[in-house]
Amino acid sequence: MSILVNKNTKVLVQGITGRSGRFHTEQCAAYGTQIVAGAVPGRGGSDVNGIPVYDTVADGVTATGADTSLIFVPARFNAADSVMEAAEAGVELIVCISEHIPVLDMVKAKAYLQGKSTRLIGPNCPGIITPGECKIGVMPEFAYAPGNVGIVSRSGTLTYEAAYQLKRLGIGQSTCVGIGGDPVIGTNFVDVLKLFEADDDTHAVVLIGEIGGTAEEKAAQFVKDEMTKPVIGFIAGQTAPPGKRMGHAGAIISGGQGTAADKIQALKDAGVAVADSLTTIGETVSEALA
Amino acid sequence: MNIHEYQARRILESYGVNTLPGKVAETPEEAEAIAQELKCPKYVIKAQIHAGGRGKGGGVKLADSPAEVKQHADAILGMQLVTPQTGPEGKLVRKVLIAEAAEIEKEFYLAILLDRETSRLTLIGSEEGGVNIEEVAAQTPEKIIRAEVHPAFGLTEFQAREFAYKLITDVDYRSVIPNATQLILALYSAFIACDCSLVEINPLAIVKTDDALDIVALDSKVNLDDNSLWRHSDIAEMRDPHEEDPSELEASESGLSYIRLDGDIGCMVNGAGLAMATMDIIKQNGGEPANFLDVGGGASVEAVTHAFRLILADDNVKAVLVNIFGGIMKCDTIANGIVEAAKQVELNVPLVVRLEGTNVELGKQIIAESDLNVQQAEGLSEAAQLSVKAANLA
Repeated sequence: MSILVNKNTKVLVQGITGRSGRFHTEQCAAYGTQIVAGAVPGRGGSDVNGIPVYDTVADGVTATGADTSLIFVPARFNAADSVMEAAEAGVELIVCISEHIPVLDMVKAKAYLQGKSTRLIGPNCPGIITPGECKIGVMPEFAYAPGNVGIVSRSGTLTYEAAYQLKRLGIGQSTCVGIGGDPVIGTNFVDVLKLFEADDDTHAVVLIGEIGGTAEEKAAQFVKDEMTKPVIGFIAGQTAPPGKRMGHAGAIISGGQGTAADKIQALKDAGVAVADSLTTIGETVSEALA
Repeated sequence: MNIHEYQARRILESYGVNTLPGKVAETPEEAEAIAQELKCPKYVIKAQIHAGGRGKGGGVKLADSPAEVKQHADAILGMQLVTPQTGPEGKLVRKVLIAEAAEIEKEFYLAILLDRETSRLTLIGSEEGGVNIEEVAAQTPEKIIRAEVHPAFGLTEFQAREFAYKLITDVDYRSVIPNATQLILALYSAFIACDCSLVEINPLAIVKTDDALDIVALDSKVNLDDNSLWRHSDIAEMRDPHEEDPSELEASESGLSYIRLDGDIGCMVNGAGLAMATMDIIKQNGGEPANFLDVGGGASVEAVTHAFRLILADDNVKAVLVNIFGGIMKCDTIANGIVEAAKQVELNVPLVVRLEGTNVELGKQIIAESDLNVQQAEGLSEAAQLSVKAANLA
């Protein structure tokens, strides 16, 4: 078991003919992910390495039964619109890798998803991987191994780093979810924690947060109130100066809110084992599982 | 992106937000001419820099005549203005806004911003105007009023009117409610049309002109969403390079994310989260990072070369720590990039490299066989220790 995606997940790729869409589709397929279709307006009837391409997501879903969409459409080609198209076509899950999407476009797309059963992961995220079964995203697969620890994170390379530390300690992962670093995202920490809590094969969860916003504080509250499984936390940006945006749009400390110290305290108060340094995430998980 | 008050004001006015007449000047003579043109009993002279708290540093003055306007403009233009937001070095004032100063009856706070909890735009208002709104929110949260906007319908007129009534509760000021409603609607139109990330009017003021009450934006702040500047070339042109760190500007133009800090250990990392965590580890080991730098998930040769240039342009840098988690981009490719880039930029400070990921052994070998002054670290802790040591020895 795992959450959100597994070996039966059937994926349609929006933007499959672009450079990064094509490259990562190949990587995902090589990992064993069932990539059943692509969708690119004007390219219907063609194929990418044998994967049939359709003009619209609706056509692709009807023809192949795809239940998940992976989006590589660049922001300037209206990636937020692609999210809405996928939702309208009825897929259960959308994983949007695209970065630099204007905030107001995402505000609209997120409102469009309201009341629909489609879940959006991202945008501006590395995607989801259920090691050994299915990779829907851009993460390097060597960092992961099948197992029973779930990872949820706002940051890409930090997740790879954490997963790889676990792997080298012989600890595999059930599913790893990158929720993305933008101000408007489809799925937050709490949503993913709920899924991990309900998943029998996830025995512990690693939560990787960073400065800015209050998502980690909300997650801490949820852990305190609802989680029975051990949670291990890490917060990046302990030394970041206030008022400066550190790469991710989300990573900014404003008006004294969203500091690493606040987040670490909130997590500790909720019983989360917080790793002091990135280098000790693996050990901390090891101790929590012992 | 941040813009100046006079630019924000110009944008908001073009969408119908009511302000008092005013213009921007670059010389005391221009300031005087503007005052003569405005012809009003009282003037305000405001330094135009990207920082708040300008009044506290002497960047805002009142004047009774065009001659006095000229005098103040002369003093303010060219001054190194220090405010609570500029840091001790302050900011050079190159422009001043000259505007009519009105008799203020009451000040309010009004803003539109994104509420991350709901992913919706939200109006924020308070009758505590002209003050630090974060303090109001922390100490007297009951004085903050809010209204959420549905993205499909936009801000409706009744919502704006309701908001105006909640904001302006004093019956003596009821006559300005229709104008306040229009101002709020105009502010929302500007926000949407320009892809703002924040618009703030502080203070929004009820003023007395010719014995009638009116409501005007006395000071305005507009922040734009960087991700949508490509569809607003007119606004993108408002960027004032003087207000930005030249290296940060150069970085953003070449797709890197760089922020200069005060320390002496230059950092180059792939990924924003990993870059922040690397800075944290340096500090935990007793060092001080000189910068935040994300070369991007891929870490291409071009990006690495450019990143080295940016880091080394900072004279404080005594050592450089490169921390790359090679994923899709393999470590040997990255190692070649580091060696090549280091040669191109004539690297003259100790370099500590920590590579991890696909083909890591091959990558390490390439670096070891190069004639660079480089130390390779096994893990991130060792990398941090080595770079702190190198910086301390330099």
